[in-house]
Amino acid sequence: MNKNIVLCGVGGQGTVLASKLIAAAAMEKGIPVMSAETIGMAQRGGSVFSHLRMGENVYSPMIAQNTADIILGFEPGETVRMLPYLKRNGTVVVSSRAIMPVTSSLTDSCYNGESMIEYIKRNVDNTIVIDTDKACEELGSSKVLNVLLLGAAVSTGVIGLSKEDIRNALMKRLPEKLLDLNFKALDYVELHR
Amino acid sequence: MHTEFLMGNEAIAMGAIAAGVNLISGYPGTPSTEVLETVAKKRTNDCYVEWSVNEKVAMEVAAGAAYAGARVMVTMKQVGLNVAADPLMSLEYIGVKGGMVILVADDPGPISSQTEQDTRQFSIFSKLPCFDPVSAQEAYEMVQEAFDYSEKYHTPVFLRPTTRVCHGYASIEIKDENEYRKIAPEGFVKDSKRWVIFPRLSYSNHKKIEERNVKLAEDFSEYGKNKIFPAKGKQEGSRRGIATGGISFTYTMEAMGCENMLKLFKVATPHPFPEKAALRFLEGLDEVLCIEELDPVIERALTYIAGKYQLPVKIYGKLTHHVANAGENTIDSVMASIKAFVGETEEAIVKELDSAAMDSADLPPELPVRPPVLCAGCPHRASFYAVKQAMKGKKTIFCGDIGCYTLGNAMPLDMVDTCLCMGAGLGIAQGVGHIEKDTACFAFVGDSTFFASAIPSVINAVYNQADMTLIILDNSTTAMTGHQPHPGTGHTMMGEIVAKIDIVSVLKGIGLTTVETVNPFEYSQAVETVKRVADESGVKAIIFKAPCIAIVKASGCMHINTEKCINCRKCIKEIGCPALFIENGKVAIDESLCTGCTLCSQLCPVQAIEGGKAEGGQSHE
Repeated sequence: MNKNIVLCGVGGQGTVLASKLIAAAAMEKGIPVMSAETIGMAQRGGSVFSHLRMGENVYSPMIAQNTADIILGFEPGETVRMLPYLKRNGTVVVSSRAIMPVTSSLTDSCYNGESMIEYIKRNVDNTIVIDTDKACEELGSSKVLNVLLLGAAVSTGVIGLSKEDIRNALMKRLPEKLLDLNFKALDYVELHR
Repeated sequence: MHTEFLMGNEAIAMGAIAAGVNLISGYPGTPSTEVLETVAKKRTNDCYVEWSVNEKVAMEVAAGAAYAGARVMVTMKQVGLNVAADPLMSLEYIGVKGGMVILVADDPGPISSQTEQDTRQFSIFSKLPCFDPVSAQEAYEMVQEAFDYSEKYHTPVFLRPTTRVCHGYASIEIKDENEYRKIAPEGFVKDSKRWVIFPRLSYSNHKKIEERNVKLAEDFSEYGKNKIFPAKGKQEGSRRGIATGGISFTYTMEAMGCENMLKLFKVATPHPFPEKAALRFLEGLDEVLCIEELDPVIERALTYIAGKYQLPVKIYGKLTHHVANAGENTIDSVMASIKAFVGETEEAIVKELDSAAMDSADLPPELPVRPPVLCAGCPHRASFYAVKQAMKGKKTIFCGDIGCYTLGNAMPLDMVDTCLCMGAGLGIAQGVGHIEKDTACFAFVGDSTFFASAIPSVINAVYNQADMTLIILDNSTTAMTGHQPHPGTGHTMMGEIVAKIDIVSVLKGIGLTTVETVNPFEYSQAVETVKRVADESGVKAIIFKAPCIAIVKASGCMHINTEKCINCRKCIKEIGCPALFIENGKVAIDESLCTGCTLCSQLCPVQAIEGGKAEGGQSHE
């Protein structure tokens, strides 16, 4: 069973950690994993992505267009940018919070997150939009955005991993004092639907 | 053996450790940096590790250790090899005793580089063998084999991964610690006929190198990683074939799938080219498509072989415009190339890859453009802004350099007029000054770049009576590549605390009389200093000293006093800090980004930006 996953957002949002958690959980189950991500200059506030591939007979860490089973979008505009990678009947889990680029403040041009979300919904039947501002406020931390989205993605069943798998991966990667908060973030979307 | 999820660069490092590497030196540069860092972290024996001051020195340090019989690796990015070219081109004639792997990471795209140069060409130029891995797993194995070839032929060898191999992660099989090789270097044995380069020695060694490379090409023809895959399924009996190497091999396999594959030649050693293996591949083929990134190295080699043996085969690729001659390949671009090569009707590519999921008629809304920017609180922003304000209305040129501060070119700062290569800004400022006497010439250089390649240029400026202002942006680290130590930081990759090399003393020693140090966040003082120093004649320097925000804890956070704010937006329009944004038509501060540097509050005409309890004199409350 092969899976192609795209994670995307803006540098600093935590896409890399989310990608590492999925990889660790898959490896724990003996599934071969490959991934590719943005490293270097673009990490400074630029568009970033991770491609993650699970399963046998995979050669390239990068995926082809039209082949992603799921996109985890940390930001609406960045999600639209990655839509060409989504396969027919693929799933999108997306945060509703738009991040304005510095350039838009300078020119007063207002990039609109809502129009991005509308576009995604219009084109992808399996779209889950998450009000991450509200969720992070209720959870009391903006740092759990990645685990929040990951929980929502895992709940769809598309990734083929369980929340238990992710919980185990979290326990191996995070200090104990952060676990409770992250477990809550992992369950949040499912409990509030 | 066990399985680990490793980045390609980590896999290369673990391979080097398993091969018993005794010394590794290098200079940081994306996408090569993590190799040396991982060896430093994971080394199990007494392997010596250093970030050298630049690639030339790194190459020489590694060569010396290899003369003494040690297994050595030297790491750099492709443009770093230009810096190390001088020792490399002579080392070619001298050779080594211990195994020496020169790890040079190429960057097709380019993604984080100033050139799309191809180290396979450098390997042909220097007559040294080159290994070109397709994946993290292969790179892990290849580095160990590369050491063996190096020792067998007494020559340094290249290992040349590209960005997607370096930075791709994979779960790979690696050796346990008890399986590692242990190398006990014999030590340097005096022999001036071997180690001292003279014209006569170069002549006789040149002949030997040419003979050796013929032998190596034969050896490489039997090397397991130079592999011919037979045609399969519907392509069986086809007279078309594909030759590829590096990451493009993986894209080709994805595009063709395993069922209906064209005959395929995977080239693991582009130099010396495995000619006999190539002849086996070309047998029975009428047309061959070469899929590779950067230069058409495989394509030229096959074209040459086809000519040499008068084979009735056409070779296609970059030279024939069947593959793009600039930028990265992708699975999608390779698919398009193969489709064009075999014709739309033939089943040479995987079908599912080719069906679009999105409604192509429904065009997406305009996407936000996100160029990389200087971080919120970055001291470079304050430094650039101080110089900009001090020199307002004057005729100036601002010569930039390589590092985070190249990002000072973005609006609204717009403070980088030139950028060429490491350390070049100083020379360019001098050259412009000799032609345009009425221009105030500035060169901006970071602390790591200063040590790496700016010092000879400062000496040149002083000796040749240039008129320029040198601005050193000292953030106490090598920021862009991920915070490596350098001679000014006071610690080494071996974890030792050492004396810091003081930039002021270096400059004074060269003969500069004006060397001022100022905190860029003391805005008025910074502007005054620039005005005063720029007015002097000759070579003078200002050191803007404040640490990179990534290596110190943020000192607090600014906030807008909405009663005072007149919404003039000067803060946003002048400095372009990513923590400042417009919310509901008003200026707001993103607390998760703001470091409390206070620069914006010092510009505000109505003192509406408050907070930022900074240490070290940054407070303006």
